[in-house]
Amino acid sequence: MSSPAVARTESAPPSKPVQRLGDRIFSGSTLTAGALILATLAAVAAFLVLQSVPALTENPEDISIFTSGETFWTYVWPLIFGTLWASALALVMAVPVAIGIALFISHYAPRRLAQGLGYVVDLLAAVPSVVFGLWGANTLAPLVQPFYLWLTENLGWIPLFAPPASGTGRTILTAAVVLAVMILPIITALSREVFLQTPVLHEEAALALGATRWEMIRMTVLPFGRAGVVSAAMLGLGRALGETMAVAMVLSSSGIISFALLTSSNPSTIAANIALSFPEAYGLNVNVLIATGLMLFAITLAVNAIARYIINRRKEFSGAN
Amino acid sequence: MDTIFVKFTKFGRVAAVAALAALTLTSCAANEGQAAGGTDSAASELTGTLVGGGASSQQSAQEAWVAAFQGMHADVTVEYDPAGSGAGRDTFIAGGSAFAGSDRAFRDEELAEDNFAACVPGTGLVELPAYISPIAVVFNLDGVDSLDLDPATIAGIFAGTITKWNDDAIVSQNPDAQLPDQAITPVHRADDSGTTENFTDYLNVTAPDVWSWEADGVWPDAVTGGEAAQQTSGVIDAVTTGTGTIGYADASRAGELGTVSVKVGEEYVPYSAEAAAAIVDASPAAEGRGEGDLAIELDRASTAAGVYPIVLISYLIGCTEYEDAESAKLVKEYFSYIVSEEGQQVSAEAAGSAPISSDIAEKSAAAIELIK
Repeated sequence: MSSPAVARTESAPPSKPVQRLGDRIFSGSTLTAGALILATLAAVAAFLVLQSVPALTENPEDISIFTSGETFWTYVWPLIFGTLWASALALVMAVPVAIGIALFISHYAPRRLAQGLGYVVDLLAAVPSVVFGLWGANTLAPLVQPFYLWLTENLGWIPLFAPPASGTGRTILTAAVVLAVMILPIITALSREVFLQTPVLHEEAALALGATRWEMIRMTVLPFGRAGVVSAAMLGLGRALGETMAVAMVLSSSGIISFALLTSSNPSTIAANIALSFPEAYGLNVNVLIATGLMLFAITLAVNAIARYIINRRKEFSGAN
Repeated sequence: MDTIFVKFTKFGRVAAVAALAALTLTSCAANEGQAAGGTDSAASELTGTLVGGGASSQQSAQEAWVAAFQGMHADVTVEYDPAGSGAGRDTFIAGGSAFAGSDRAFRDEELAEDNFAACVPGTGLVELPAYISPIAVVFNLDGVDSLDLDPATIAGIFAGTITKWNDDAIVSQNPDAQLPDQAITPVHRADDSGTTENFTDYLNVTAPDVWSWEADGVWPDAVTGGEAAQQTSGVIDAVTTGTGTIGYADASRAGELGTVSVKVGEEYVPYSAEAAAAIVDASPAAEGRGEGDLAIELDRASTAAGVYPIVLISYLIGCTEYEDAESAKLVKEYFSYIVSEEGQQVSAEAAGSAPISSDIAEKSAAAIELIK
């Protein structure tokens, strides 16, 4: 099939490029796809901005979701804090584990085991977040509660482990563990692909110089994959920031700002707060909740921009060379 | 060619299955209508669509009532949108629905405005306390099935001032119970809910010294130390899986958990459907209301014998005189069904509500007679 097509392209005079129907259809459809994503994003942004305006301009006294004296900014700030705090904790836990799994699959495990393991990790990504929420609230939380109690009793002087320990284990640390499990597959899968792209020549050169396998990985695989791992982590962070159901089900939230990991008073997250408050919201309260959604939108945008910046700065290590 | 042929058969099979399913479903629905319609030929002359909305607390009950009512009247469609009490009242005022479900009756000043779009001006409303849902105080403590607590102790536990199960306040009321030296973990709702509003109202009314926060659907931020959980199921799960936990939830969901008998007057009253319905009878009617308006001033501090004061009461709200005669007929028939013994039994089974007393049922029936 391909040879006549090649012959025909070659026979055309180079000065006048041939515009075939297939080319035009294909370029047209990719253009449409590209434009569509922009249009969707613009529509979402426009909706968020338009619906948010009343929440910011109306007198806060008229909005019943605020307690007296509260403004939109004092309402949303603890939520922003909670969102970033829970996501950061999840990322801190997930990234090292994900890199470990990815390296094991790409460089240590026997091929058969590697394939099976990769499949299992990918399977984690297919589990619905409600299931993670149920697991977190009903299985993980009671399981870790005695451990939390021990931590507050013996290491309570560390501000992170300040007492009193939660009686159910449904704390922000548990929520972060659930989030970490949820973002693990995406970070692992991307890191694994990046590590596999390491030029074999680099690896063999390192080994030829007498490097152990760990030294070889440190000298060739990790520097080569750094940009990829960062972008994988940012994708995972995006999911953690926006995760709604699992956090709403696991976290015992009370709208405060606190770094304590093990108490029953935890900051809520924007997405979970919307999920919890929306069913009974009406009038201006709906606008307030949508405005918090706009804040989440802005945060996610900022996270992605930072990720882009980091990847671009490290371009010299990318697969191009 | 072969593959294309195979694909076509596959597609055909899927289409056939889909068509079959559609047929089965429609025939099923038609059957239901016929079977039930035959039982009540006079009433089944009703036709049309009845739109209502409001309290999400009534959702399961409304779903059951709608299903049963539509079974009796094949040509009637009832839609209930559980958008929340506030949204339900606003929609009703704007004329977007013919009736509303609301966790509170309209206030005097709201009635005075008299701007209900669906009603003839100046005719007033019909408000019926048709859905009574008891709220149980549930706990999970090894070896203890029930506790006797007075309002001040319950308020102290939830406010975080009583922190141990062997606190004197609890021990003195339960001399026989084996109470451990264990921390109490109170669990409350994380979302805005009528259950929380009624529970905090109870605490505020009966123990104002300990619980100084006013009734609100959102748990007060000023209370520290409690756990928050999503919806009734979240609270029940948290109490069940935790240790030394206590929470409040719709009584129908208490299950195997220990429940608190609440001190009313000089005795401790355990939760029961009859005791919950009794508080409505023991409470005075709201003053200055119209003939069809059965709004009550729920007397949570009542000391009458055998009443259980922690209940959620949700109203059915409609016009006394509708601009649209069709709506009037539908609302009248639907409300009559709900307050009937059969209707109350249906909601008790579906939602675990407490059937209204015969006294309230009679008054409601009289109020419904006014609708035109």
